[in-house]
Amino acid sequence: MTLTTERPTTAEPGLDAIAEAIAAAAPAPALAPEEEVKSRDLVLIWYSGDLEKTWASLILATTAAASGVNTKVFITFWGLQAFVKDEVRVTGETWMQKMLSLMQRPGMSHRKLSKMNFLGMGPWMMGVLAKKYGVAKPTELLEAAQALGVEFMPCQMTMDMFGLKREDMIDGLGEPVGAATVIDLLNNGASSLFI
Amino acid sequence: MDTLETMTEPEIGARVDARGLSCPMPIVKTAQAIKTVASGALVEVLATDPGSLKDFTAWCRSTGNELVEQAADGTVYRFVIRRK
Repeated sequence: MTLTTERPTTAEPGLDAIAEAIAAAAPAPALAPEEEVKSRDLVLIWYSGDLEKTWASLILATTAAASGVNTKVFITFWGLQAFVKDEVRVTGETWMQKMLSLMQRPGMSHRKLSKMNFLGMGPWMMGVLAKKYGVAKPTELLEAAQALGVEFMPCQMTMDMFGLKREDMIDGLGEPVGAATVIDLLNNGASSLFI
Repeated sequence: MDTLETMTEPEIGARVDARGLSCPMPIVKTAQAIKTVASGALVEVLATDPGSLKDFTAWCRSTGNELVEQAADGTVYRFVIRRK
Protein backbone atom coordinates (compact mmCIF):
# COMPACT_ATOMS: atom_id res chain seq x y z
CA MET A 1 0.00 0.00 0.00
CA THR A 2 1.31 3.40 -0.92
CA LEU A 3 0.81 6.29 1.41
CA THR A 4 0.16 9.58 -0.24
CA THR A 5 -0.14 13.09 1.05
CA GLU A 6 -2.12 14.19 -1.94
CA ARG A 7 -5.59 15.50 -1.41
CA PRO A 8 -8.23 12.93 -2.37
CA THR A 9 -9.97 14.03 -5.54
CA THR A 10 -13.37 13.02 -4.19
CA ALA A 11 -13.32 15.66 -1.47
CA GLU A 12 -16.26 17.95 -1.50
CA PRO A 13 -15.44 21.49 -2.53
CA GLY A 14 -17.03 22.89 0.60
CA LEU A 15 -14.45 21.21 2.88
CA ASP A 16 -11.77 23.74 2.03
CA ALA A 17 -13.91 26.59 3.20
CA ILE A 18 -14.74 24.73 6.42
CA ALA A 19 -11.08 23.95 7.06
CA GLU A 20 -10.18 27.60 6.52
CA ALA A 21 -12.90 28.73 8.88
CA ILE A 22 -11.67 26.32 11.56
CA ALA A 23 -8.09 27.47 11.08
CA ALA A 24 -9.15 31.10 11.41
CA ALA A 25 -11.23 30.40 14.51
CA ALA A 26 -8.54 28.40 16.29
CA PRO A 27 -5.12 29.44 15.10
CA ALA A 28 -2.32 27.01 15.90
CA PRO A 29 -0.61 28.09 19.13
CA ALA A 30 2.57 29.91 18.24
CA LEU A 31 5.76 28.61 19.81
CA ALA A 32 6.89 30.88 22.59
CA PRO A 33 9.80 33.06 21.56
CA GLU A 34 13.15 32.05 23.00
CA GLU A 35 13.22 34.98 25.41
CA GLU A 36 10.10 33.69 27.11
CA VAL A 37 11.60 30.44 28.37
CA LYS A 38 10.54 30.37 32.00
CA SER A 39 12.28 28.64 34.79
CA ARG A 40 10.17 25.69 35.83
CA ASP A 41 10.15 23.43 38.85
CA LEU A 42 10.34 19.67 39.07
CA VAL A 43 9.89 17.56 42.18
CA LEU A 44 11.17 14.03 41.87
CA ILE A 45 9.92 11.77 44.63
CA TRP A 46 12.66 9.20 45.04
CA TYR A 47 11.05 6.26 46.80
CA SER A 48 12.96 3.23 45.57
CA GLY A 49 16.37 1.94 46.57
CA ASP A 50 16.61 -0.45 43.62
CA LEU A 51 19.57 -0.01 41.30
CA GLU A 52 17.59 0.37 38.10
CA LYS A 53 15.22 2.95 39.56
CA THR A 54 18.11 4.77 41.24
CA TRP A 55 19.69 5.04 37.82
CA ALA A 56 16.52 6.34 36.21
CA SER A 57 16.00 8.92 38.96
CA LEU A 58 19.54 10.22 38.60
CA ILE A 59 19.32 10.42 34.80
CA LEU A 60 16.06 12.36 34.95
CA ALA A 61 17.19 14.67 37.75
CA THR A 62 20.48 15.57 36.06
CA THR A 63 18.80 16.09 32.70
CA ALA A 64 16.12 18.30 34.23
CA ALA A 65 18.72 20.43 36.00
CA ALA A 66 20.81 20.58 32.81
CA SER A 67 17.70 21.78 30.96
CA GLY A 68 17.30 24.75 33.27
CA VAL A 69 14.58 23.17 35.38
CA ASN A 70 14.73 23.98 39.07
CA THR A 71 15.01 20.40 40.30
CA LYS A 72 14.24 19.18 43.80
CA VAL A 73 14.45 15.55 44.89
CA PHE A 74 12.47 14.34 47.88
CA ILE A 75 14.21 11.18 49.14
CA THR A 76 11.98 8.86 51.09
CA PHE A 77 11.69 5.24 52.29
CA TRP A 78 14.19 2.93 50.54
CA GLY A 79 15.48 5.82 48.48
CA LEU A 80 17.24 7.21 51.53
CA GLN A 81 19.49 4.15 51.74
CA ALA A 82 21.15 5.22 48.49
CA PHE A 83 22.20 8.48 50.16
CA VAL A 84 23.97 6.85 53.09
CA LYS A 85 27.75 7.08 52.73
CA ASP A 86 29.15 4.01 50.95
CA GLU A 87 31.51 3.24 53.82
CA VAL A 88 28.77 3.21 56.47
CA ARG A 89 27.80 -0.44 56.92
CA VAL A 90 25.32 -0.44 59.79
CA THR A 91 22.82 2.32 60.47
CA GLY A 92 20.23 2.81 63.17
CA GLU A 93 19.97 2.57 66.93
CA THR A 94 17.66 -0.35 67.62
CA TRP A 95 18.33 -3.96 66.62
CA MET A 96 15.55 -3.80 64.04
CA GLN A 97 16.96 -0.68 62.38
CA LYS A 98 20.39 -2.27 62.37
CA MET A 99 19.00 -5.49 60.90
CA LEU A 100 17.37 -3.56 58.06
CA SER A 101 20.68 -1.98 57.10
CA LEU A 102 22.43 -5.35 57.34
CA MET A 103 19.81 -7.02 55.16
CA GLN A 104 20.08 -4.30 52.53
CA ARG A 105 23.47 -2.66 52.43
CA PRO A 106 23.16 1.14 52.25
CA GLY A 107 25.15 3.40 49.91
CA MET A 108 24.96 4.53 46.27
CA SER A 109 27.52 1.91 45.22
CA HIS A 110 25.62 -0.96 46.82
CA ARG A 111 22.27 -0.81 45.08
CA LYS A 112 20.66 -4.11 44.09
CA LEU A 113 18.46 -4.86 41.10
CA SER A 114 14.80 -5.50 41.93
CA LYS A 115 14.88 -8.44 39.55
CA MET A 116 17.73 -10.70 38.49
CA ASN A 117 20.04 -9.57 41.27
CA PHE A 118 21.50 -13.08 41.60
CA LEU A 119 23.69 -12.30 44.62
CA GLY A 120 25.28 -9.32 42.91
CA MET A 121 25.79 -10.95 39.51
CA GLY A 122 23.04 -8.76 37.98
CA PRO A 123 24.43 -5.43 39.21
CA TRP A 124 27.94 -6.48 38.18
CA MET A 125 26.70 -7.24 34.66
CA MET A 126 24.85 -3.92 34.58
CA GLY A 127 28.11 -2.22 35.51
CA VAL A 128 30.03 -3.96 32.73
CA LEU A 129 27.34 -3.08 30.19
CA ALA A 130 27.17 0.51 31.40
CA LYS A 131 30.91 0.88 30.96
CA LYS A 132 30.79 -0.66 27.50
CA TYR A 133 28.00 1.66 26.36
CA GLY A 134 29.30 4.81 27.99
CA VAL A 135 26.55 5.03 30.58
CA ALA A 136 27.63 7.04 33.62
CA LYS A 137 27.60 5.19 36.95
CA PRO A 138 25.11 6.26 39.66
CA THR A 139 27.95 7.79 41.69
CA GLU A 140 29.06 9.87 38.69
CA LEU A 141 25.49 10.96 37.98
CA LEU A 142 25.02 11.95 41.61
CA GLU A 143 28.14 14.10 41.40
CA ALA A 144 26.83 15.69 38.19
CA ALA A 145 23.42 16.29 39.79
CA GLN A 146 24.99 18.08 42.74
CA ALA A 147 27.22 20.15 40.43
CA LEU A 148 24.15 21.16 38.42
CA GLY A 149 22.39 22.35 41.56
CA VAL A 150 19.84 19.58 42.12
CA GLU A 151 18.46 20.03 45.62
CA PHE A 152 18.13 16.83 47.66
CA MET A 153 15.60 16.87 50.48
CA PRO A 154 15.68 13.84 52.80
CA CYS A 155 12.42 12.72 54.37
CA GLN A 156 12.51 13.44 58.11
CA MET A 157 10.04 10.66 58.92
CA THR A 158 12.12 8.00 57.14
CA MET A 159 15.33 9.29 58.77
CA ASP A 160 13.65 8.78 62.16
CA MET A 161 12.09 5.42 61.34
CA PHE A 162 15.36 3.95 60.00
CA GLY A 163 17.40 5.67 62.72
CA LEU A 164 19.52 7.48 60.13
CA LYS A 165 21.71 10.25 61.48
CA ARG A 166 22.92 13.29 59.58
CA GLU A 167 26.49 11.99 59.77
CA ASP A 168 25.46 8.69 58.14
CA MET A 169 24.39 10.59 55.02
CA ILE A 170 26.50 11.90 52.14
CA ASP A 171 27.48 15.57 52.07
CA GLY A 172 25.46 18.14 50.22
CA LEU A 173 21.95 17.07 51.23
CA GLY A 174 19.45 19.72 52.24
CA GLU A 175 17.53 19.93 55.47
CA PRO A 176 15.16 17.00 56.12
CA VAL A 177 11.55 17.89 55.32
CA GLY A 178 8.12 16.28 55.38
CA ALA A 179 5.40 15.48 52.88
CA ALA A 180 3.78 18.90 53.36
CA THR A 181 6.82 20.55 51.75
CA VAL A 182 6.39 18.34 48.69
CA ILE A 183 2.66 18.97 48.47
CA ASP A 184 3.26 22.71 48.75
CA LEU A 185 5.72 22.58 45.83
CA LEU A 186 3.17 20.63 43.78
CA ASN A 187 0.42 23.09 44.67
CA ASN A 188 2.64 25.85 43.37
CA GLY A 189 2.84 24.23 39.95
CA ALA A 190 5.90 22.01 40.09
CA SER A 191 5.85 18.97 37.82
CA SER A 192 6.40 15.69 39.59
CA LEU A 193 7.90 12.27 39.08
CA PHE A 194 7.50 9.36 41.47
CA ILE A 195 10.19 6.72 41.12
CA MET B 1 38.22 12.37 13.19
CA ASP B 2 40.67 14.62 11.30
CA THR B 3 37.88 16.05 9.21
CA LEU B 4 35.97 17.03 12.33
CA GLU B 5 38.94 18.86 13.75
CA THR B 6 39.39 20.90 10.57
CA MET B 7 35.69 21.78 10.53
CA THR B 8 35.97 23.85 13.69
CA GLU B 9 35.16 27.53 13.53
CA PRO B 10 37.22 30.27 15.12
CA GLU B 11 34.44 31.73 17.25
CA ILE B 12 33.69 28.53 19.15
CA GLY B 13 34.13 29.28 22.83
CA ALA B 14 33.99 25.76 24.27
CA ARG B 15 34.09 22.23 22.99
CA VAL B 16 32.45 19.13 24.41
CA ASP B 17 33.71 15.73 23.41
CA ALA B 18 30.83 13.42 24.33
CA ARG B 19 31.82 10.68 21.90
CA GLY B 20 31.16 7.26 23.38
CA LEU B 21 28.90 8.66 26.12
CA SER B 22 25.26 7.71 26.57
CA CYS B 23 22.28 9.67 27.81
CA PRO B 24 22.34 11.91 29.80
CA MET B 25 26.05 12.75 29.81
CA PRO B 26 26.23 14.56 26.42
CA ILE B 27 23.51 16.94 27.66
CA VAL B 28 24.96 17.22 31.17
CA LYS B 29 28.43 18.05 29.83
CA THR B 30 27.01 20.55 27.36
CA ALA B 31 24.97 22.26 30.09
CA GLN B 32 28.12 22.61 32.15
CA ALA B 33 30.22 23.82 29.20
CA ILE B 34 27.74 26.43 28.03
CA LYS B 35 27.98 28.17 31.41
CA THR B 36 31.66 28.84 30.69
CA VAL B 37 30.99 30.96 27.60
CA ALA B 38 29.40 34.38 27.22
CA SER B 39 25.91 34.95 25.87
CA GLY B 40 26.03 34.70 22.07
CA ALA B 41 29.15 32.52 22.03
CA LEU B 42 29.19 29.09 20.43
CA VAL B 43 29.71 25.66 21.93
CA GLU B 44 30.59 22.71 19.76
CA VAL B 45 29.52 19.21 20.79
CA LEU B 46 30.68 15.92 19.30
CA ALA B 47 28.55 12.91 20.18
CA THR B 48 27.97 9.36 19.03
CA ASP B 49 24.69 8.70 20.87
CA PRO B 50 22.00 8.45 18.14
CA GLY B 51 19.46 9.73 20.68
CA SER B 52 21.36 13.01 20.83
CA LEU B 53 19.89 14.07 17.49
CA LYS B 54 16.48 14.52 19.06
CA ASP B 55 17.80 15.34 22.52
CA PHE B 56 19.83 18.39 21.54
CA THR B 57 16.88 19.86 19.64
CA ALA B 58 14.70 19.30 22.71
CA TRP B 59 17.34 20.62 25.10
CA CYS B 60 17.75 23.80 23.09
CA ARG B 61 13.97 24.28 23.12
CA SER B 62 13.94 23.79 26.92
CA THR B 63 16.83 26.11 27.64
CA GLY B 64 16.33 28.75 24.95
CA ASN B 65 19.81 28.22 23.54
CA GLU B 66 20.00 28.14 19.76
CA LEU B 67 20.96 25.03 17.80
CA VAL B 68 22.92 26.71 15.03
CA GLU B 69 24.12 23.63 13.25
CA GLN B 70 23.85 19.88 13.33
CA ALA B 71 25.72 17.52 11.09
CA ALA B 72 26.60 13.86 10.95
CA ASP B 73 29.93 12.50 9.84
CA GLY B 74 29.51 8.75 9.80
CA THR B 75 28.56 7.83 13.34
CA VAL B 76 29.72 11.12 14.87
CA TYR B 77 27.24 13.92 15.30
CA ARG B 78 28.33 17.52 15.57
CA PHE B 79 26.19 20.20 17.15
CA VAL B 80 26.92 23.89 17.34
CA ILE B 81 24.91 25.73 19.95
CA ARG B 82 24.74 29.45 20.61
CA ARG B 83 24.24 30.46 24.23
CA LYS B 84 21.20 32.65 24.69
